[in-house]
Amino acid sequence: MDTALLIWAKSTGLQWATIIMLLGLTMRVIQILLLGRATDLSEARNSDVMSAGIKTIFRRFVPPQGMLQKGLLVYLSGYIFHIGFFIVLLFFVPHIQLIDSTLGISWPGLRSSLIDAITVVTLLALIVLLLHRVWNPVLKLLSTPEDYLTWALTFLPLLTGYMAYHHMLFEYNTMLALHVLSVEALMIAIPFSKLSHMVTLFLARWYNGAIAGRKGVQS
Amino acid sequence: MAENDNLGNLLARRGISRRTFLKFCTALASSMALSPSMVPAMAESLAKAKRQSVIWLSFQECTGCTESLTRSSQPSIESLIFDFISLDYHHTLQAASGFQAEEAREQAMAEHKGKYLLIVDGSIPVAENGVYSTIAGMTNLQMLEDAAKGAMAIVAVGTCAAYGGLPKARPNPTGAVSVTDLIDDKPIINIPGCPPIGEVITGVLAHFLTFGAIPELDTVGRPKAFYGETIHDRCYRRTFYDQGLFAETFDDEGARKGWCLYKLGCKGPVTYNSCATTKWNQETSFPIESGHGCIGCSQPDFWDMGGIYEAVSEPLTDLRGPAVTAVVAGAAAGVAVAAMNKQSKQSAKDRHFKVSSETLDEELKK
Amino acid sequence: MNSPAVQRAENAFVEFIDGPITSFFGSCVHCGLCAHACLFYEETGDPKFTPIYKLEPMKKVWKQNYTFWGKLLHKFGLSKPLTEEDLKAWEPLLYDSCTMCGRCSMVCPVGNDISYMIRRAREAMVASGYAPEGLKQATLRAATIGSPMGIKLPALKAKIGHIEEETGLKIPMDIEGADYLALLSSNEIMMYPEYIGAIAKIFKHAGVTWTLSSEAYEATNSGLQIGSSDIAGELVQHVVDAAEKLKVKTVISPECGHAYTAIRWEGPNLIGKKFDFKVKHILEVLDELREQGRLKTTGLEEAALTYHDPCQLARRGGVVEQPRRLLNMVAADFREMDEHGVMNWCCGGGGGVSANERAADWQLIAFNKKKSQVQALGVNTMVTACANCRMVLEEGIEENDIQVEVLGLTELLADYLDTK
Repeated sequence: MDTALLIWAKSTGLQWATIIMLLGLTMRVIQILLLGRATDLSEARNSDVMSAGIKTIFRRFVPPQGMLQKGLLVYLSGYIFHIGFFIVLLFFVPHIQLIDSTLGISWPGLRSSLIDAITVVTLLALIVLLLHRVWNPVLKLLSTPEDYLTWALTFLPLLTGYMAYHHMLFEYNTMLALHVLSVEALMIAIPFSKLSHMVTLFLARWYNGAIAGRKGVQS
Repeated sequence: MAENDNLGNLLARRGISRRTFLKFCTALASSMALSPSMVPAMAESLAKAKRQSVIWLSFQECTGCTESLTRSSQPSIESLIFDFISLDYHHTLQAASGFQAEEAREQAMAEHKGKYLLIVDGSIPVAENGVYSTIAGMTNLQMLEDAAKGAMAIVAVGTCAAYGGLPKARPNPTGAVSVTDLIDDKPIINIPGCPPIGEVITGVLAHFLTFGAIPELDTVGRPKAFYGETIHDRCYRRTFYDQGLFAETFDDEGARKGWCLYKLGCKGPVTYNSCATTKWNQETSFPIESGHGCIGCSQPDFWDMGGIYEAVSEPLTDLRGPAVTAVVAGAAAGVAVAAMNKQSKQSAKDRHFKVSSETLDEELKK
Repeated sequence: MNSPAVQRAENAFVEFIDGPITSFFGSCVHCGLCAHACLFYEETGDPKFTPIYKLEPMKKVWKQNYTFWGKLLHKFGLSKPLTEEDLKAWEPLLYDSCTMCGRCSMVCPVGNDISYMIRRAREAMVASGYAPEGLKQATLRAATIGSPMGIKLPALKAKIGHIEEETGLKIPMDIEGADYLALLSSNEIMMYPEYIGAIAKIFKHAGVTWTLSSEAYEATNSGLQIGSSDIAGELVQHVVDAAEKLKVKTVISPECGHAYTAIRWEGPNLIGKKFDFKVKHILEVLDELREQGRLKTTGLEEAALTYHDPCQLARRGGVVEQPRRLLNMVAADFREMDEHGVMNWCCGGGGGVSANERAADWQLIAFNKKKSQVQALGVNTMVTACANCRMVLEEGIEENDIQVEVLGLTELLADYLDTK
């Protein structure tokens, strides 16, 4: 209903969110790379650290031996929520349209009823993860307010998208505006929180793989 | 037509049967989401309705709204209702001109003070004291403020009056605003659309005549009965949207098969109006039926909602330029921060506390 | 103003945080999965043993010095500073309940090399004085005497005398130009001197020349375990000096895990220059001799046995296949534990834990993992290639009163040498 809010969200808001996210993330990556590490003077067993690092980037998408059973809930909910989030983000036709208009690339989307179902499953996985965080002694010990804030920032775009689609709470335009705004809040938070792992994990995994790879271990 | 004549008599004189009138009332009731049990009472009170004095002010507008209202080729009950009201001032339709016309307005304002219905179409320019649009030397702003004082209620017809419309589109050189932006002490009904559907205008008038009160409105002042749902939700092409079948161009297979026009910029999902159900031209069709997406004309600021052919989800500004700038700025800032980090790391190295057998020995002796 | 201890810790954290650590902390999502990779958590279920949690003090300093909001809040005094209480509370977590086995580094979904961080966090702990007394004493002995167990040269010579008598072989000392300079670990000298005899036999059999050095016979590096690069570097320097003096081409790291990491991987970095000689673990050397056909065995050990991978050798060192190839020469019934090689479970006493009396109880609890692994296999013999693992395993076996024998792989090979 509130077109002014929607227009702001789709123009100024989106622009600033994009700027802050990209600026912050670039800054973070450059900072890590330039802080760098000392040259390793030991004789490498395997000098191809580059490919060892790259292999680890991919290997860490899969749980190592024995870990799946031990962390079943985290692994399953984690997979579901990440995959669900990316399907919804990348295969909902309006989202593809946005990407197409910005980057000039597009691909076929999924039917909205399927996206709808995936959204529900993704939301449920996130709720499971939240409850796990609240109840599990290890996570309770590790968790900080940031963990709950970033959880909410991840949850809200999915929730508002779902609610907008189903005309819940507010009329469509207001909800759509809130959806866009929630995405912008998420984008802005990315570089300043653990959400930056979406980029830095590639560096972290690479370092891990390169450090181990040098010694002839594929980590 | 005598002052004390009523609508029932007028319709009877024009050859409209009671049966036809009841049918109209039923349709009206259902379009306004009223219970069918209310139809007899509604018909009775509508038939007894006295002529209503109406002052119609046209400001920054294109006359499209009036056209929409008067376009019917055959006299319908809706148009008869329009005939029935005492339209005391409407500078497009009235025979009088010049000072006589303005006199008629002033007379009506005085005679029906507190009882007349003020209809406004067109936005009101307020920049530089409203000089961008004047009638008989009087600014629209002044005229609205004067006429609003004695009005019982105001109906803002068309998106310009309701929300500023086209004149308000960025950069809005005349400082155009809506009626609601200026008047806050009178009940205001917005009937947006560019133009609004004629049946919706008369429907709202009928409601007003029937109940003597304004209908239930949504958060931007529109009668919920007519603006309660989006075009998209009532669109006959909705099923294609749900299946993911879209026309990609106006002459592709999808367009010929009547698939969803979302990607071609249809604003149906964000537009509240009854085009998809009431339709246009004696219920002939509505824009999507003729193969063109909805342009969202009944929404506030619809002119600034993105190009007519850009999908709802497309951003309204360029993101690539800012993105490139952000990455470059981020890299520069990253280099600067990294230099600071290196410096603090170096000074930490300079302050390095050397652990030695002596320090360990000392600690162990403690 | 912060106490000197806190200042030294903070300073060392800032000094040792690098690109990788910044990417690790920045990527951690607090998923808690690393807990399941940790021996101490798995055997106790106590959340404080979660590997990443052991790094909270370092994370605090990272946040305050290397992140946007952290720096900002720190500048205005709005974040909790590092305190002496932090250091005190985390000392047992960083030393007593972490063997730096590196298993957590293998499982972290975002790729954090947690063990790498622990190693550097200990730099700050030892700089601030918050390190376990037992480890401090061992390190002090290593720095002053050259051996964490305080073994002086005459003691070593006495041991050598016995071995020479037993084997009838001369144990070479300070021979210039030998092919190999062999290093020993304290445990080997004190508890498993058979190792010295074993390499003497094997090298004679293979026809290679070797020597010990009277100036650097110890490879055990307590400096690495306590986390002091200063002391670790000094200890490495002794070895480098000896190797250069004796002009050997290869230095052999003994059956000891951390000694291998210290001399092989950290060594050149600790002294700041590349070595002119190669560093190999004894198993690498033996495997090379096997490959060259210079190591021949006869007969097979009939008892069912398994191999316990020392973490620093396998996961953190890349010596995984060599022991298996060597074992297959002499074992008739070699069985692998369910999780082995780079995914093995630590004995529970690495990373200085075994030198730290305060950690004795935790070490025993951690041993339960190995116990259940061995019992699942139904074997009574465990072969390993680290004297420290061997000692820790034997302690666990004794405490648990189970019938398992622990052997050193080099000795096992020496027993089956084809001496014809």
